[in-house]
Amino acid sequence: MYDKLWLIPLFPLIGSIINGLLGKRFIRNEKVIGAIGTGAVFLSFLVSCKYFFQLLGDPVKTHQNVIASWMSVGKLQVDWGFLLDPLSALMIMVVCGVGSLIHLYSIGYMHGEEGFYRYFSYLNLFVFAMLMLVLGNNALVMFIGWEGVGLCSYLLIGYYFEKKSAGDAAKKAFIVNRVGDFGFLLGLFTIFWALGSNGVWTLNFVEIAENGHLLGFGGAVVTTATLCFFLGATGKSAQIPLYTWLPDAMEGPTPVSALIHAATMVTAGVYMIGRMNVLFAMSPVTMGVVALIGAFTAIFAASIGFAQNDIKRVLAYSTVSQLGYMFMAMGVGAFTAGIFHLMTHAFFKACLFLGSGSVIHAMHHAMHHAHLDDDPQDMRNMGGLRKRMPVTWATFGISCLAIAGIPGLAGFFSKDEILWWTFGSSHGSIFVWVIGAIAAGMTAFYMFRCLFMTFHGEQRTHVKAKDHVHESPWVITLPLVVLAFLAVVGGYVGVPAVLGGSNHIHHFLEPVFGHAQEVYRIGIKEALEHNHAIEYGLMAVSIAIALIGIGLATMLYLKRPELPALFTRRFARLHRAVFNKWYIDELYDAMFVNTIKQFSLLCWRFFDVKIVDGIVNGTGKVVSAISAGLRHTQTGLFQNYALAMVFGTVVIVAIFIFN
Amino acid sequence: MIGVYHYMTVAAILFAMGTYGVLTRRNAIVIFMCVELMLNSVNLTFISLSRHLQSMDGQIFVFFVMSVAAAEAAVGLALMITFFRNRETIDVDQINMLKL
Repeated sequence: MYDKLWLIPLFPLIGSIINGLLGKRFIRNEKVIGAIGTGAVFLSFLVSCKYFFQLLGDPVKTHQNVIASWMSVGKLQVDWGFLLDPLSALMIMVVCGVGSLIHLYSIGYMHGEEGFYRYFSYLNLFVFAMLMLVLGNNALVMFIGWEGVGLCSYLLIGYYFEKKSAGDAAKKAFIVNRVGDFGFLLGLFTIFWALGSNGVWTLNFVEIAENGHLLGFGGAVVTTATLCFFLGATGKSAQIPLYTWLPDAMEGPTPVSALIHAATMVTAGVYMIGRMNVLFAMSPVTMGVVALIGAFTAIFAASIGFAQNDIKRVLAYSTVSQLGYMFMAMGVGAFTAGIFHLMTHAFFKACLFLGSGSVIHAMHHAMHHAHLDDDPQDMRNMGGLRKRMPVTWATFGISCLAIAGIPGLAGFFSKDEILWWTFGSSHGSIFVWVIGAIAAGMTAFYMFRCLFMTFHGEQRTHVKAKDHVHESPWVITLPLVVLAFLAVVGGYVGVPAVLGGSNHIHHFLEPVFGHAQEVYRIGIKEALEHNHAIEYGLMAVSIAIALIGIGLATMLYLKRPELPALFTRRFARLHRAVFNKWYIDELYDAMFVNTIKQFSLLCWRFFDVKIVDGIVNGTGKVVSAISAGLRHTQTGLFQNYALAMVFGTVVIVAIFIFN
Repeated sequence: MIGVYHYMTVAAILFAMGTYGVLTRRNAIVIFMCVELMLNSVNLTFISLSRHLQSMDGQIFVFFVMSVAAAEAAVGLALMITFFRNRETIDVDQINMLKL
């Protein structure tokens, strides 16, 4: 029944190979390349749909599809296998669904780019790797995807490689991710070793989940392993301390930011924790760390979002902040809410990014038309685009409402579920809830600041370019509309019981998370479980906070646009610190990058030059010195050689005779 | 009675003389002749032992040695003529150009 799962990652792989090998020389036609790329992902989406709905109606919720044996070492058996359960089914729907929309969008956005075929090849390869990541039935297949998405992220951030900043950003992303991958691998080794010493040699997720209890609740081993895994997650999902690469990743084309650096790849860490939920549930220490790191990241990144002028950077910090929200959810045991927020966030953040891409596209076009050098991504050059780009404005606005948590839209349900759990869960605390609620208000503020600066008020574009700003073509606006629609309705799969819903997604994901939550007693505290008053109260508070954020933004950027400048002057030092991202990059440079550079210089100038080269050159010098001595035996006179030969013969004969 | 030992002794003396000549003389023609002397001393051992052992093998070998010697003489003389043309001498002390 589920034996064709391998088709899902296969299509994008084929698409990537075709476009990558034939795109430049043989196909060349943008339409064909775009159709192959988009079609491949869309086919995967269709197959995903089939399996998703098949799984919905199936009483058995975990299916494995092994296509071949990869390696068999001792008692360890690793397969090329895929795993379909509610969690991975949801993920493939998001990856392929959002992925195909963004592929479609890219056809319009990347029109006329020199590396069009290259772009689509990388993007398909990314989808392939991401599908391997979410579908793999063991940690090694997942690791292939994990590394693959990192590679594609690197390639796509560095897509405009002739720009130094893009190349640097790509390298930064790759190296920071490597630090996280190191943690992931250590976690993997620890689990493998710890389970193995209990007699279970396996990397299969289902078997890990079944045998996780062997490690002992709250033990040092499981805590170490999960903390290592979490380090991996902070790298991939841009959490403190490894978040610095994500804002720089905005050097890539905007659809890439939407697909990889907002909707899918950066959620890999959240998915991984969801996949290993049994292990994480066994270590309350790790859960606490995850929740706190998530909460701090949420509020910290939101604060940086206040002062950024680049439209994509605002969205990037918003992504970091929202990912923090997801980790906060995972940390308090609200696995379902975290995955739910992952899904809704994929919809509205992809829509926001694609909307910003539509604006940048139009601005770039206008500036190009007017021969201007102004930055097309700087919101100070925008304003008043509402009338010129009505579709983009509408979809962007809907997504802003959704991310701010306005009731009725997707973000509200998922965010509220998370906040409810941070407050009421056995692993939650009021402290985390307060941080989460403040971060929600901040999110509302900076998102509406972004909306107002871009689409409302006076148009601050240069006079010459002003009238050349137009709405984008349909390939760009269609994905926007679909995603905005999803940002509205996406939340209705998880309407909580208190609002009269039946929380479908919760029941759907129950087979994955329910076991760990039941065994390790993770859940809403009993005192609060049926206390609707508190739940309503919290809901009202979070709505109020969101409205305050929006109100402040309206006040500052719509009604009294002169006020922000006043604030900036009044608190110049604070503004400078926020504008410079709290100097975290500089701090890291001083602490790690320069230290490592110094160490590398030492390795080069001393160890490599003196010791390694010394040994090599020394060997050569010794040989040539010996040769210089032996050279004198070669006189060039044949009679000397003949004498040596005769002498040798005499010796040999003598040996024969006297032996 | 002259037996195989006498022949062998003569051959050994001839061989030693040839070797001594090859190692000490400078004129390439003389060295060449000494080499021929060595070859012929070997031929002598072949013949005498062939007779002594009542076997034809040694005699057949001698024919081979003679033909090789003839070929060697032709090649060697050609080399010497060429060398003389270049250096106006056939003194082997002067033939040391392969030295580093």
